[in-house]
Amino acid sequence: MSSITDPRQARPALRLSEGTSALATQPLPARVQIATRQLFKSYQKGSFGIPVLQGIDLEIYEGEFLAIVGSSGCGKSTLLHLLGTLDRPDAGEVHFDGHRIDNLPSASRDILRNKHFGMIFQFYHLLPELTALENVLAPALIAESTLGYWFRRGEHRRRAAELLELVGVSHRMKHKPRELSGGEMQRAAIARALLNKPRVLLADEPTGNLDRSTGKQIMKILGELNQQEKLTIVMVTHDPWIAEQADRTVKLVEGRIQGA
Amino acid sequence: MYKLLLCWRYLRTRYIALVCIVSVMLGVATMIVVNSVMAGFTHEMQARINGMLGDLIFESRSMDGVLDADAHMQKIKGIAGDSIIGMSPTVHVPGLMYIDINDQLLTRQITMVGIDEATYSSVSAFGDYLQHPKNREQLTFSLREGGYDTFDHQLPDQSEQQPRTQMEQAGWWYRKQKAMLKKQRQLITASPSTESEHKNPFGVPATDEGEGRDFDMATEQHVGIVMGIGVCGYRTADGSDHFVALPGDDVRVSFPAATLPPKAINEHYTITDFYESKMSEYDSSFVFVPLRALQKSRGMIDPTSGVGKFTSIQIKLAPGANAESVRDALQNAFPAQFYMVSTWRDKQGPLLAAVNMETAVLNVLLFMIIAVAGFGIFAIFLMIVVEKTRDIGILKSLGASGSGVMGIFLGYGLSLGIVGSGVGLLLGLSFVANINEIADLLGRITGQPVFDPSVYYFYKIPTIVAPFTVTWICVGAVLIAVLASVFPALRAANLHPVRALRYE
Repeated sequence: MSSITDPRQARPALRLSEGTSALATQPLPARVQIATRQLFKSYQKGSFGIPVLQGIDLEIYEGEFLAIVGSSGCGKSTLLHLLGTLDRPDAGEVHFDGHRIDNLPSASRDILRNKHFGMIFQFYHLLPELTALENVLAPALIAESTLGYWFRRGEHRRRAAELLELVGVSHRMKHKPRELSGGEMQRAAIARALLNKPRVLLADEPTGNLDRSTGKQIMKILGELNQQEKLTIVMVTHDPWIAEQADRTVKLVEGRIQGA
Repeated sequence: MYKLLLCWRYLRTRYIALVCIVSVMLGVATMIVVNSVMAGFTHEMQARINGMLGDLIFESRSMDGVLDADAHMQKIKGIAGDSIIGMSPTVHVPGLMYIDINDQLLTRQITMVGIDEATYSSVSAFGDYLQHPKNREQLTFSLREGGYDTFDHQLPDQSEQQPRTQMEQAGWWYRKQKAMLKKQRQLITASPSTESEHKNPFGVPATDEGEGRDFDMATEQHVGIVMGIGVCGYRTADGSDHFVALPGDDVRVSFPAATLPPKAINEHYTITDFYESKMSEYDSSFVFVPLRALQKSRGMIDPTSGVGKFTSIQIKLAPGANAESVRDALQNAFPAQFYMVSTWRDKQGPLLAAVNMETAVLNVLLFMIIAVAGFGIFAIFLMIVVEKTRDIGILKSLGASGSGVMGIFLGYGLSLGIVGSGVGLLLGLSFVANINEIADLLGRITGQPVFDPSVYYFYKIPTIVAPFTVTWICVGAVLIAVLASVFPALRAANLHPVRALRYE
């Protein structure tokens, strides 16, 4: 991680409270962007439910780079899905910019995911039928009507090309995902997540499938995005070394935030 | 927009979907071909039937007929004169025809129709079916010098026909040759006193015309008769026609007189022409003679007034006239126990109904084929949805709505339907356009003629492409493809994004 330039990122208080509840009492320099209240989630396995999240209270600040760590199966991905409105909690609330978002109708949640959240995944999740450029364009394709996209296609393509340039895979624009390496696919996935200028990037084990040096490159990109674009990043990982790159780390144990 | 893009990509990369396209295509093509051929046959048949029958047929229920056609026609005109443009009285009587082939008698059951040369062409297309060009202009029952058609004038392309070489001889020249031959044989064979009608029918003069003097076959003819081409001709499987008698030959016909007690009348006629309506039912059983001569032979002329009896009046209606309402009006005006009025459709009702039903049943069966293709699309789409589960999750995580995902698969189904029925349409139309060449080719390959001209009296398979039917078939096929993709699309739309993303 290169030097931290944003004064908001330098949060000694937060550093000290690492691993504790984010519901800190001390005054904070940045405002809360995402907050959860007593989130519960369980999965139905046959006739009985398996509790995954058991009352999560978490606050994420604007421009923060937060890492959520925990062993596999502790519910960190589920928490990320709830933050990103991919799933609904059994109980509890999720707030974004002060508005409750977990109970919004599907259409509004679709727009949130499309415009305000960017998501990247461990297995990149690029669409195999589309080229790297088209994959990056996918959020714009989804957001726009056919005619609207057609009128602004130049603009969209320019932005997609810029983003691919930014993440360093502009030489692979016309390639299908199967012709790309893991690192290249993840870069393309980051570019895709950024296309609609989201305010939060949700990363689910972004380096989990990559070797250490490629993982480092991805983390470098994420760090730079966080610092230069002031992008809020919530990253789920089980790798302590990766988690160290973040401003703050929250540890999940058995569906609860450790120390909460 | 992503729906279109993904539809397009899936269409190009999922080769299994080609199976759906092929099945839709084959179904559509088959339906188009079958409907075109059936429509062609129906049209051809209806044209033939209507060509031979008037639009309306006013019949006496009595085989012996009723007196005074003119008075009846006058009354008919009074009732529905506005919608009638032509009427012609006829006499129908069943009979037996004897054709002499080198002293062997060929006996055939026929229906004799006495027609009025002057008016009959105004009620039917009979004149167009005759084999001598001059007779087609104005029918006369006198033998022509020669010049009978050697090619079927009703077909545009002569090059594909087998010439009717026998017809080159037909006419007076042929009759004179026959007469000469007969005279020579008379000289060679036994004394003239033992000669009898049974030994040589050509040697017997027609009693009623001879009026005491010898009938000279070389210069005279009996009453003319126009024969169905199937009565004295036959077609072999190679499409060539052969005749057992030609214009210029004499035939004998026995039929009942319209008297009590009934009496068989035996008359000689000279063939003056053939007609070919291409309805084998007519061509092989109907012969036409002059009305007045038939009335005279059967004793249908009232000796005091000289007015003849008729058995039916053929009526030609003005274009656009409602045949059914005119029929009902006429039927109400004449006592039903003596007269029967029917349209040409009523006359051939069972045949037309059978053809219509055949077409309907075939359409149902063939549409089943497309429905089977629909189930294929259904199964393959379910498979593709399962295969694409993760992609669906990705799209949803990027903000695609359930209806958007549904749109991908509905659009996919729609495009499969459109491509399938589009290719099927082209295939079907080109098949129809070249159906005779294809039939020939199949015939050559299998050694079995697919389309046997000796059965149908057409040289070619008639086809009519009805745009309405074709549109309906294509729309139906596309609809089935879309319907088959509704359930898979709904399944895709309802996939839970998280579970879809985690799907391995």
